[in-house]
Amino acid sequence: MRRADCLELIYPEIEDKLVVTIMGACAQELYDLGHRENFFYLQHAMGLASSIGLGLANHLPHEKVIVLDGDGSALMNLGTFTTLARYRPRNLLHIIFDNGSLLSTGGFESHTTSGVTDLAAIARGAGIEHAVDVDSPMAFGEAFVEAMERNDLGVIVARVDAVGPDNYGMDFALPENAFRFKRCVQERRAATGWTPPAMPGHTGAA
Amino acid sequence: MTVSYENSKAVFDGIKAAGIRSISALPETWLGLLLQRAEDDPEVDLIQVAKEEEAVGIAAGAYFAGEPHILLMQNHGFFGAMNGIISLAQLYSVPLCMLIAVRGHWGEPYPWHTRGGIVTEGLLQALNIPYHHARDPALVAKEIAEAYTLSQSSLSPVALLLTRDLMEV
Repeated sequence: MRRADCLELIYPEIEDKLVVTIMGACAQELYDLGHRENFFYLQHAMGLASSIGLGLANHLPHEKVIVLDGDGSALMNLGTFTTLARYRPRNLLHIIFDNGSLLSTGGFESHTTSGVTDLAAIARGAGIEHAVDVDSPMAFGEAFVEAMERNDLGVIVARVDAVGPDNYGMDFALPENAFRFKRCVQERRAATGWTPPAMPGHTGAA
Repeated sequence: MTVSYENSKAVFDGIKAAGIRSISALPETWLGLLLQRAEDDPEVDLIQVAKEEEAVGIAAGAYFAGEPHILLMQNHGFFGAMNGIISLAQLYSVPLCMLIAVRGHWGEPYPWHTRGGIVTEGLLQALNIPYHHARDPALVAKEIAEAYTLSQSSLSPVALLLTRDLMEV
């Protein structure tokens, strides 16, 4: 199973959700399906996509937050499973594409390649009740639909091939993605009646 | 050594007076009384992390959501959070208002804190993170508000250093 196929499968469902994706191949494959202002691409700081998702989900109960993670990134922040389990944001779905490879940095095997490390079991052991491991598009699609209907914190570990896109590139700078994502998130929040805090420097004097 | 109950309250009150209701933290001795207040206050949303770098991601999420947020950590936690500070906050122009308990400096009796205390300011300078020492409980509310304002206007990490003078009695 290819990650790009998984993303294509769920794209119609996630295109209006708040999506935080990790760097490299995963980010590019999502972008290639069609960028949306509600997508944030974390092109570095490996491991923190799920933490950003928690910060979003915690303050935006009206939103559904989708985190697109990888085995290499998740292994760098295993503690996040325990933090997510403790605070249990019910509007967060954490998808981990496990290709057993540090693909975007040269294709070195990750620890999950050994076959003895089970990320879904780690998530369950951390206290996340709904954590599943899937290895076919059908099973992935079903797990995704179940997770979206469940309205609870969920982890889906999807075993995918270690392949990525042929070309990389996006038509905006990294801070621009952050600025536009923030604006989009806040506009959606404002639609619920929330008032954003004043921007500094807008008091009239210089 | 005893942590100051009164001054922990002054810091907590300062956070609230700055309009901040969202906190991420990793508990440590000097922050204990402060975090207890945060946990007991129904207005405050506190997330305790397993490692401080997580708090950088959580702070970014809160920022995107439009929620004023503050990070509480020890200086050794700041060291552990450094890649997130550089490769998320600084790379993407995401503000961070960090309250950092500076252990291992002037008057430190515990050997295990000292190496970290000695290098803290140098690392803040190397990262171009503006910092200020909070020593006086009468000023700390103003200093928290100023740290928060600068983080937001500069879209950068800013550190207010909680010193022994402030946190111990």
